[in-house]
Amino acid sequence: MEVDQMQRQCLDYTKSLFLEGFLDGQFVQLQQLQDENNHDFVVEVVSLFFEDSERLLNDLTFALDQKSIDFKKVDAHVHQLKGSSSSIGAQRVKNCCIEFRNFCEEQNIDACLSCLQQVKQEYCHVKNKLETLIRLEQQIVAAGGSIPTMEF
Amino acid sequence: MESQNNNQNLTIQLTALVVDDNKVNRKIHQKMLDNVRVKNLGVKNGKEAVDIHCDGRRFDLILMDLDMPIMNGIEATKELRSMGISSMIVGVSSRCTEAEIQKFMEAGLNDYHEKPLNIAKLSSILHMINPNY
Repeated sequence: MEVDQMQRQCLDYTKSLFLEGFLDGQFVQLQQLQDENNHDFVVEVVSLFFEDSERLLNDLTFALDQKSIDFKKVDAHVHQLKGSSSSIGAQRVKNCCIEFRNFCEEQNIDACLSCLQQVKQEYCHVKNKLETLIRLEQQIVAAGGSIPTMEF
Repeated sequence: MESQNNNQNLTIQLTALVVDDNKVNRKIHQKMLDNVRVKNLGVKNGKEAVDIHCDGRRFDLILMDLDMPIMNGIEATKELRSMGISSMIVGVSSRCTEAEIQKFMEAGLNDYHEKPLNIAKLSSILHMINPNY
């Protein structure tokens, strides 16, 4: 495949992630931070987000599995996840976290468990999407092209 | 901090401390600062921010998160002000209630911005420190 074809494919894929609500403008901010001093900045931040999120989701699963649930602790974990998902532009994950925090405040166990499942699902979706996007970008770079960025 | 270039013109380099327990946020804010040539360090809670000042370090700008373990942003800001630290301290948090923002401001902030920071917000903060920046 020609480089410009790959770039168009990558741009179309990125656009679809915005249209479907997986990503928001904060992701474009992240792409704009990448420069010749750090070619892999977006990959590094996204990898950090994956690492952080998986740890937090494990902590949340453990916290909500206790006989006596510490909702302050649950809320603290959700707050962290909301923070990092918001910072990288993972909109759907962030929105799930907002709802989750409301139920933590109400100390509604069933609703929290449902939110946990939802946030895990949304995290899996965005992880797959971002991994695909990164693969497409790496193919472009390997073929000698530059990564196209969206105007937002 | 000042450095002298080959043309004998003095150029001001600003310094910043990023105080945030979230690694992703710290990395992003530090990269934003790198990109505008602000020399910066990151610490993961308010206590580390206070300790670094006790060691004698000073910064033009402190980006202070609110919710952090060990010492939160309100406690750290109060402590830094009581130590006589006159740096610009900007609160950065995803907390949205007016009461929480007010409490944070009353601790001694110069300004507050909702997370996530973006390039435009950071530029306005740096401009407040040095209009020529």
